[in-house]
Amino acid sequence: MQKMCILAGLVILCCLFSVITDNFLTAKNIMNIALQTSICAIVSIGMTYVIGGGGIDLSVGSVAAFCGMTGALLMKAGFPIWLSVTAAVMIGGLLGILNGFVIAVMGIAPFIATLGMNSVIRGTVYVMTDGVPVTGLPKGFGKIGGGRIGGWLPYAVIIMAVIAVIMAVILKKSHFGRNIFAVGSNEQTAYLSGVKVIHTKIGMYMTCGILSAIAGIILTSRLVTAAPTAGDAYETDAIAATVIGGASLAGGSGSISGTMIGAFIMGVLRNGLNLVGLNYFWQQIAIGFVIIIAVYIDVVRGKMKK
Amino acid sequence: MGEVLLKAQGICKAYSGITVLDHVELTVRKGEVHALLGENGAGKSTLMKILTGIVKQDEGSIIYRGEPLWIHHPQEIQKYGIGIVYQEFNLLPDLTVAENIFIGREPESRFRGFINDRKMNRQAEEILEQLHCRMDPTQKVSTLSVAQQQMVEIAKALSYQCELLIMDEPTAALTEHEIQVLFSIIRQLREEGVAIIYISHRMSDLDAIVDTVSVLRDGHFIAKHRYKPELKDQLIKEMVGRDLVQKYPPRPAYTRGECTLRVQDLCTHKRLKHISFEAYQGEILGIAGLMGAGRTELARALFGADPIEKGEIQLYGKKQVIHSPSQAIRMGFGYVTEDRKRDGLMLEQSLKENILLSSYERFSRLGMIQDGMADKEADSFIEMLRIRAAGRSQRVGRLSGGNQQKAVIAKWLCRRSRVLLLDEPTRGIDVGAKYEIYEWMYRLAEDGATILMISSELPEILGMSDRILVMSGGRITAELDAGEADQNKILKYAMSQ
Repeated sequence: MQKMCILAGLVILCCLFSVITDNFLTAKNIMNIALQTSICAIVSIGMTYVIGGGGIDLSVGSVAAFCGMTGALLMKAGFPIWLSVTAAVMIGGLLGILNGFVIAVMGIAPFIATLGMNSVIRGTVYVMTDGVPVTGLPKGFGKIGGGRIGGWLPYAVIIMAVIAVIMAVILKKSHFGRNIFAVGSNEQTAYLSGVKVIHTKIGMYMTCGILSAIAGIILTSRLVTAAPTAGDAYETDAIAATVIGGASLAGGSGSISGTMIGAFIMGVLRNGLNLVGLNYFWQQIAIGFVIIIAVYIDVVRGKMKK
Repeated sequence: MGEVLLKAQGICKAYSGITVLDHVELTVRKGEVHALLGENGAGKSTLMKILTGIVKQDEGSIIYRGEPLWIHHPQEIQKYGIGIVYQEFNLLPDLTVAENIFIGREPESRFRGFINDRKMNRQAEEILEQLHCRMDPTQKVSTLSVAQQQMVEIAKALSYQCELLIMDEPTAALTEHEIQVLFSIIRQLREEGVAIIYISHRMSDLDAIVDTVSVLRDGHFIAKHRYKPELKDQLIKEMVGRDLVQKYPPRPAYTRGECTLRVQDLCTHKRLKHISFEAYQGEILGIAGLMGAGRTELARALFGADPIEKGEIQLYGKKQVIHSPSQAIRMGFGYVTEDRKRDGLMLEQSLKENILLSSYERFSRLGMIQDGMADKEADSFIEMLRIRAAGRSQRVGRLSGGNQQKAVIAKWLCRRSRVLLLDEPTRGIDVGAKYEIYEWMYRLAEDGATILMISSELPEILGMSDRILVMSGGRITAELDAGEADQNKILKYAMSQ
């Protein structure tokens, strides 16, 4: 029901841009939108896990940058692409576990813990590179983010779709997914019902870390450059997509399909406004309003139900 | 008999298609204590929410002081002189007692917009004194006991001149002495012409204060009587819609099985001192004691939720070290907590999720839940325990107290727990649901489960237990057989040090 509402919003948005611009409704542009959205969508999926479990992760952007950077440095050091990418993704998982540890074991509020971690990780990236981007990465690596099957379907979009399906099934159907929502709904109840709360929390931050790392790799590959500033403000987009998708920041709710729609609403908006000729600064303002309106509609609907 | 203060007629209300109130009426006169009786889910709370403007009725009229009552915002009830003491506390834990009492209408100092703390604290103290309640008005509410918090709620309602005072289960959390104080205050208010709508599940409250009773059942108005003690049986019959002469179901023949749980010299940092006892298969072991005796702490320690300092727990003759609830559950423990809303349920989640929460392993293959099987299992428990709900996907927060409690019990039945720790299993639920839960306890015991029942209601302890442990100050002060125990004996041991 709620998903139908935001899906309708997305369709209306698409119709609107199709009418006012000539180039919006072309196969090429649609693929562009999907490609541009893929990175944000992957991060948002991880964020949905964390928010569903009653947490929040403000460190996704710096984790993406850190993992993109380590992958790049490993490749520069002569390691094969597959090994460098795998290592980078594992590092993302480890950073997530570290987040989970600080939150679940040390008992620091998620907002503060990941705010701190965000600063630590971003700072480390700068220290590692002295603030200079790493360039000259192998050509083959560029294919992950830039390559297209048959010249039209980007690899990155396939990766996003596969991840979305797998993560949706895990969240909805698995024991782990149920535990996340249980912890997000009422941690005490979950604990006294035998849910391993600490494991669950560490697991969900790890998931978020891994997905942020994958996003970081795709971004680095697309630019064929690892910039220390990469992934800046990803957390805002990811939280926005998740919340537009119907998750409550109080925890206990959310869905991957909703989040995907949320990510695409923002992607379509960016793309469409670009085509209309509105510059980046104005886009910021428009997206901010969309977030507030989307959540407000949800609030109003909640009140009407009562 | 005073004149009519409030007359509600033909009140109807439905939530998402389910009728909660169907042409209900209620007439309250000045200077009377009017009891509103009914099982949980009968519609009492909804009716009160309508009177106080929290929800709007779909149909029907309310005449108050001879005029239609239109409340647009819950705060307006103060203007009309309507006060309410909620069943669930509406206090702000981080504010002081006085701040809670006067919230929204704090006395101002000479400068507008600033609060005169001294005046506020003094006035709060005066009100509390009226209640014979020694409490520091500058104390934070979070540091108070449940009973003290209840007194603050009452003080808050008394702090403005009420003509109509609604009390929803005011005695549920109070001790006998505090109840008596409350009753004398109610009598005094009645003398002053205040009308009181009194909701309670404790039939013993009625004799002490009530003048008139109205009975609701399943959202219908059933009857109104001038109250007489002889009416009790009839009232119960009207509430449940069937004969329910006994409060406790017939006890099946009890044979003590083998020893399932043996606790030796258990101590915790949280209060417990040298606890030793045994519990047997097929037995209902009652645990009595006053508030703060350490009964809940005992349950939590056995369940692995609180760390154990020293001592030994044996289960089926084998020594066990329990570090966490998940471990305790795997060993066969189940724990129905004292406060189902705080730590027994996930209110925002569906009935199904709540029932299956501890049992997903049983329905999982490779970590994936088999939905068909899970749905069937949830449905079978909803039917078996007769949980009144729109279906397995209804949110638990929407159910009545009795049905919520059944959902908690269903969780452990579904987990097939063999040693059940029940902490106040029937608190705040109606006679009918209580009876059904008692029946289940017997059925489980007959089936070979071991039940530890913590209860503050002595009749319940005496009515249900095969054996009784009495606790005081973190120790077990007596172990009594059901045959030799009576209220006085238990109280004596509960108050001994």
